Amino acid sequence: MAMLEVKDLQVYYGMIQAIKGISFEVNTGEVIALIGANGAGKTTTLHTITGLIPAKAGSIVFEGTDLTKTPAHKIVSLGMAHVPEGRRIFQQLSVYENLKLGAYTRKNKQEIQESLERVYKRFPRLEERKNQVAGTLSGGEQQMLAMGRALMSHPKIILMDEPSMGLSPIFVSEIFDIIREISESGTTVLLVEQNAKKALSIADRAYVLETGNIVLSGDAKELMNDDSVKKAYLGE
Amino acid sequence: MNLISQLINGLNVGSIYALIALGYTMVYGIAKMLNFAHGDVIMVGAYTVYVAINNLGWPPMVAVVFGIFVCALLGVVIEKVAYKPLRRASPLAVLITAIGVSYLLQSLSLLIFGSKQIPFQSIIHLDPIKIGALTISGEAVVTLVTTVIIMIALTLFINKTKAGKAMLAVSEDRAAAELMGVNVNRTISMTFAIGSGLATVAGVLYACSYGFIGPYMGSMAGIKAFIAAVLGGIGNVPGAMLGGILLGLIESLSKAYISSQLSDAIVFGVLILVLLIRPAGLLGKSRTEKV
Repeated sequence: MAMLEVKDLQVYYGMIQAIKGISFEVNTGEVIALIGANGAGKTTTLHTITGLIPAKAGSIVFEGTDLTKTPAHKIVSLGMAHVPEGRRIFQQLSVYENLKLGAYTRKNKQEIQESLERVYKRFPRLEERKNQVAGTLSGGEQQMLAMGRALMSHPKIILMDEPSMGLSPIFVSEIFDIIREISESGTTVLLVEQNAKKALSIADRAYVLETGNIVLSGDAKELMNDDSVKKAYLGE
Repeated sequence: MNLISQLINGLNVGSIYALIALGYTMVYGIAKMLNFAHGDVIMVGAYTVYVAINNLGWPPMVAVVFGIFVCALLGVVIEKVAYKPLRRASPLAVLITAIGVSYLLQSLSLLIFGSKQIPFQSIIHLDPIKIGALTISGEAVVTLVTTVIIMIALTLFINKTKAGKAMLAVSEDRAAAELMGVNVNRTISMTFAIGSGLATVAGVLYACSYGFIGPYMGSMAGIKAFIAAVLGGIGNVPGAMLGGILLGLIESLSKAYISSQLSDAIVFGVLILVLLIRPAGLLGKSRTEKV
């Protein structure tokens, strides 16, 4: 059984239908990429999964729990973390305070400390700047903080929304290396990206979204060689 | 000497404004709304304490604690009944509702207690402190000490506790806070409870200083406190404290040295001036909204 199963999901913004009945699944240990152009519904899909937007119809089942009936603040403790688009770190708090908020629902201080050490090990720059106000970090550092903050909840699955957006090419490569590392350490990844080439290069499978519908899906390597994908998303 | 006693008077009034302004600014920070009924919660707090002392015969301290709980509960109920259904409504609808709640509280008070102001026997029995020719009333001493203690406690609560950090997170980015697992509804309720509890303290101190309570006692004090919150930078807790104290000082000095009739005009004038120079208030940060 899939870890996360989205079935016939429909989402509306007022009268406008943003998601028109999509279905997809994520299995334990996979890296799944959700690619598509601006406005295809990628972010909306992630927001609906973590409860920030209500679903109109359909179901989202995560390890047996229907997330469409679960309030947003209860989802992280089920083992699902969401790195939102635009990072959405707490700009006025310190790096350390941001990371501690990532572990908000956890009780065991020892385990929180271990997670903090792991995050610092993966992102040494965050440790160097732990007392700095987060709003003063560079874009790439803020992205690292957003990822570190998500990892602080010790998630089974991590949802990442456009992690490479607005970053310099060096940071983009670094961020994708980190995503691969996160996956290798056993965390399942659902990745939303406009940078289809990069996303497909680290994904196991991918779904292509177009104006609220999934138009294509399959093995990431095969999609990379698919002519329509090449033309529409890889700029070839 | 006259100047110093005017300054102390200003600090006394300013402390009360600051306590009320905290309620305005915290609610604005967390719920992003102006709770114009907040001033009237002060009135409810003062009446509750009055009834507990005079009709129920309770000891003053017990009555005050009771008043704090009643108003904290009132604040939570107001938010749940009047504001929560409007979370996704336009800010204008919320504002009008808040004004409606304000009139509702005033009218209820009129129905129950009538329109007459009731003399309020000060519950502070502290002898005035005399330093040379200077005399500081017991009310002023208790008001200042209480306000300082509350401000320190509140600052520690916000910056050092998990619940306080959650409040900061919600005030900065509600959706991101939810993703961290913060229960936003509970945080908003807690904010209303704290703000309204502080309003009771302010109401009692106000009643002790002025010696009366009335159905409209909260409206002018509420507006002044709102100005204090804006002056300091709305949404900013130290700003509300600073704004309240400054406002009290300006008001009392202009009453003493310029004109007591013009003092309100001067207060509003200062607000306009500050907003012209620093639109976000003295300690407010002008934030660029990212979309």
